[in-house]
Parts: sequence; structure tokens; C-alpha cells
Amino acid sequence: MIPMDWIYGLLGGLMIGSAAALFLLVNGRIMGASGILGSIVDATAPTWEKGLFIAGLVAAPAFYGLAFGFPETNLTANSGLLILAGLAVGLGTRMANGCTSGHGVCGISRFSMRGIVATLIYLGAGFATMLIGRHLLEVF
Amino acid sequence: MRGLFALLAGALFGAGLMISGMTDTSKVQGWLDLFGDWDPTLAFVLGGAIVPMLIAWRVAARQQRAILGNPFPTPSEPKIDPRLVSGAALFGFGWALVGLCPGPALAILGYGGSDAWLFMGAMVVGMVLHGALRPRIRGGAQA
Repeated sequence: MIPMDWIYGLLGGLMIGSAAALFLLVNGRIMGASGILGSIVDATAPTWEKGLFIAGLVAAPAFYGLAFGFPETNLTANSGLLILAGLAVGLGTRMANGCTSGHGVCGISRFSMRGIVATLIYLGAGFATMLIGRHLLEVF
Repeated sequence: MRGLFALLAGALFGAGLMISGMTDTSKVQGWLDLFGDWDPTLAFVLGGAIVPMLIAWRVAARQQRAILGNPFPTPSEPKIDPRLVSGAALFGFGWALVGLCPGPALAILGYGGSDAWLFMGAMVVGMVLHGALRPRIRGGAQA
């Protein structure tokens, strides 16, 4: 880790939390990326509110990047991995009714048992996947 | 009005993800790589994000409604069901494979190139799959 990284992490984290607080206190909504996108995909409750949230989330980093330069994504170019990971994240977050933002940021701060348990499980599964995939099998 | 604040919240979320370094998949994978070159940045991001929300939930508890009139979301039942456990495990697996979760996956769409769109396409297919399988995935509580 570059020594300054944690400061940017903390600053960015405070911005993420402030965005979630704004969405909760002003709009009365949980800021969960998978839930917002998923309900648009399912067409259960696609609203302007959700569409505009997604639009802001996609547009802000693009404008920020145009102004200050785009940071590396270091995203793999392995199509098989991208497809497998995308399928697992899409299906898994909908089954669990939340992801890092909904269960992690909004759930933990509410002391929600489901949010805390989900976060511990996806972290555990992530640690295990890295250990097995990167160090034991050396696939990625 | 609701749309405007949704746009603002989304934009602040996206900028926060980018500044925090969470749009860099190597930092996310670095955090999950406990047995390699471990990167603790994500802990600072999650910790930083929880602080404003701790305050927000306290404020919300004293109000009847959100500022624009919506009722606040009701707490989910503290029910840990098989759907939550298996879904979270599946999510954690996919998250570690390439280092993307739904928020950052959306945040990099504008500049991440075709690989970012491929992941997004597969993620949407996974969500559609959930909708199709939903009647068969039993034992789930609504969040």
C-alpha cells in the first residue's frame, strides 16, 4: 500500500457514507447498488429516482476522470473470469438482497443482523476465493 | 426533486468510490488477499462510509419521514435464511475473482472499456437469472 492510500480511502469512504446519508434522509431510500440496479433489471419498481441515481454514479467518475485523469482499473482482460464473476455477483447479490453498499455500509451502520452476517460471509468467501484461486491453484 | 437528489447521491457515491481507490480492482483484490501483499485500504473506506450513516440512522430514528416525504425503509426481520447465506457466499466468490462489486462496476462503465461492459452484462444476466429462478429459490426474507 502506498502510504497515502489510507487517507484517500478514508476521504472517499466519508463521501460514500455521505451519499448514503443524503439518499436516506432526503429520499428515504437505502443506497444499495445491487438493489437499485436489480429492481430496474427486474422491472419491479423502475423509477426515475433509481435511473438518475445510476446515471450520477456512472457520470461522476467519467467527468472526474476527464478533469483529473482516469485512475487505473487494473481490470482483468480474461473474458471467462469476467463472465463468471459477473454472473456470480449479479445472482448472489440479488439472492442476498444486498451487496457491499446495502449490507456493508447501510446495514452495518443500522446494526442490522442480516447486514452484518451477509458482510461477514461475503468477506469470508472473498478471502477464501483469493487464497484458493491465487495461491493454491494460481488461476488468477 | 427526488430525482435531483438521487442524481446527486449517485454522483457523490461514484466520486467517493473513485477517490477511495475502490475503482482499482487490484486494491480490492489486495484487501481480499490476506495471504499475499495485503492492502488494508478497503477497511478505511468501509469505516469512513459507516460514520455518516451511523449519524443518519440516528437522525432518521427521530423523524417520521424523509425530507421529501417518503417513509423511511422499515428494518428487515433479523432472519438469517439459506438464501442470504448462499447469496452472500456466491457474491463474495465473484467479487474476489475480478475485484468488482456492483457499485464500482457501475462507476467504471464510463471509462473501463469493453471489459467493464462485459462484466456488467454478465452481472445483469445474473440478476435476470435470479428473477427467473426466484419462485424456486425458497426460504428467503424480503429485505
